[in-house]
Amino acid sequence: MKILVCISHVPDTTSKINFADDNTKFDTNGVQFVINPYDEFCLTRAMWFKEKQGALVTVVNVGESTTEPTLRKALAIGADNAIRINANPVDGLQVAKELAEIVKEGEYDLILAGKESADYNGQMVPGMLAALTDFNFVNGCVGLEIDGTNVTAVREIDGGNETLSTTLPLVVGGQKGIVEEKDLRIPNMRGIMMARKKPLNVVDAKNVATVTTVETFEKPAPKGAVKLVDADNVDELINLLHNEAKVI
Amino acid sequence: MSVLVYADSTEGKFKKSAFEVVSYGNKVAEQLGTSVVVATINAANVSELYKYGAEKVVAVSNDALNTFNANKYASALQQVADAENASVVIVDSSIDGLYLAPLLAVKMDAGYASNVVALPTNTSPFTVKRKAFSNKAFSNTIISSDKKVIGLAKNSFGVYEIAVSGSSIDFDVNVAESNVKSEKVDRVTGKVTIADAEVVVSAGRGLKGPENWGMVEELADVLGAATACSKPVSDLGWRPHAEHVGQTGKPVASNLYIAIGISGAIQHLAGINASKVKVVINTDPEAPFFKAADYGIVGDAFEVVPKLIEKLKAFKAA
Repeated sequence: MKILVCISHVPDTTSKINFADDNTKFDTNGVQFVINPYDEFCLTRAMWFKEKQGALVTVVNVGESTTEPTLRKALAIGADNAIRINANPVDGLQVAKELAEIVKEGEYDLILAGKESADYNGQMVPGMLAALTDFNFVNGCVGLEIDGTNVTAVREIDGGNETLSTTLPLVVGGQKGIVEEKDLRIPNMRGIMMARKKPLNVVDAKNVATVTTVETFEKPAPKGAVKLVDADNVDELINLLHNEAKVI
Repeated sequence: MSVLVYADSTEGKFKKSAFEVVSYGNKVAEQLGTSVVVATINAANVSELYKYGAEKVVAVSNDALNTFNANKYASALQQVADAENASVVIVDSSIDGLYLAPLLAVKMDAGYASNVVALPTNTSPFTVKRKAFSNKAFSNTIISSDKKVIGLAKNSFGVYEIAVSGSSIDFDVNVAESNVKSEKVDRVTGKVTIADAEVVVSAGRGLKGPENWGMVEELADVLGAATACSKPVSDLGWRPHAEHVGQTGKPVASNLYIAIGISGAIQHLAGINASKVKVVINTDPEAPFFKAADYGIVGDAFEVVPKLIEKLKAFKAA
């Protein structure tokens, strides 16, 4: 089985979010970048398939050379090889179209991608990729088992879960549950050493057409200070929630 | 030209998000100087949509669509969009809405913007404001394609009643087989879900152990709220993973979010700060949650929550 895991290079959640160039660009100054947490769950599941069922795991990112440390980290966790599609993507459709080219060329059976990235939160790339490649698609995946080309997947639905049956080739939009948090792996020294020697191929972007662009970014208006209510006066809290906030 | 809204239903019934997207679509159509058309799939009572401005409802009924399937639903909506010559299609941000929208956008060759929080700020170029960076920022996004798909963020626009004399037509769609088949649905019934809840009562490690969740559930009952928890609590196995809210857990966009014994780690706040009003109850006045909250009580949850339950019961009874 050939697995492709799509890796987004995103700011660590604790990063301060600022914008540069008249609020047209995300300011990467002083920002620590990590593997998108949703992708990390998927990568860990891919490692499980590799170890238990045998699979070749490729990780891919659409980005500039600054994203390579993130791909190296994925290699250190255990992916076999990496591809960086050299582009600075402007929207999810561009990423999906570039990935679709790699998927077609590489004859992958299973594409794993986090259901969203922790930066733009668009939740579009897995679905668009599935539509562009005409692969089967499971989103919000919290359980995935593969037997030959038969797939049993569990997805989260409102108030519960749904079990789906499908077949490879398949695109999966994964989230926590596809593996548990405790199963996530921290690269060890051996993994880090080996990752240096693993292939990281840089391929040219296809310069696909895009249809959305970010004009500007803005930050929410600063929040007012918290109104503290005395612990002995919960009536006041009820009064505020009813008469001021009007939420009860 | 028209604006097409998909009013999502579960087991035939509309949720509040359906009324919200219809309210929103009605205003977008007004901005564009065109009319709004609402598509439904196997919904029981489409006339409920009229009072939110749905003048024309296109009702799809088909047994092959009884269970949600993203490809089938996207295909059905595309057929309605084509028939109605829709230039803008609006869907909600429910789990199913987010599943089908990217498929629909590619099928329609449309530009897609998700997490939209307000009416278009400009119609030419078509510009929408979207949430980004886990609610820490917004992006003003231009969609330049002729056709557009918009995903409206939950609880961001509101529900507006506009009485119109609506009418509905039945519409037949062709449904192709799908290679993704539903085998089993496990849904908790009779409990308010986090996605639907107007109020969410959430608790963290400050509660000291799973045996103390009785008061959280009681407070939730009094408020008609869903219960939720912080990540450490679900990792410790005190509460099910389905209750974990925050980044990597479930997102919350309720009207009221009450956090009990949750310090307010940035990963937690990232998932819940789309909620309109936040209340924190914590013994530690330095807990970061106090900076993110609208109202706070510095105090012991084991004393404050029972009092709050008692007073709320009296308030609700009055």
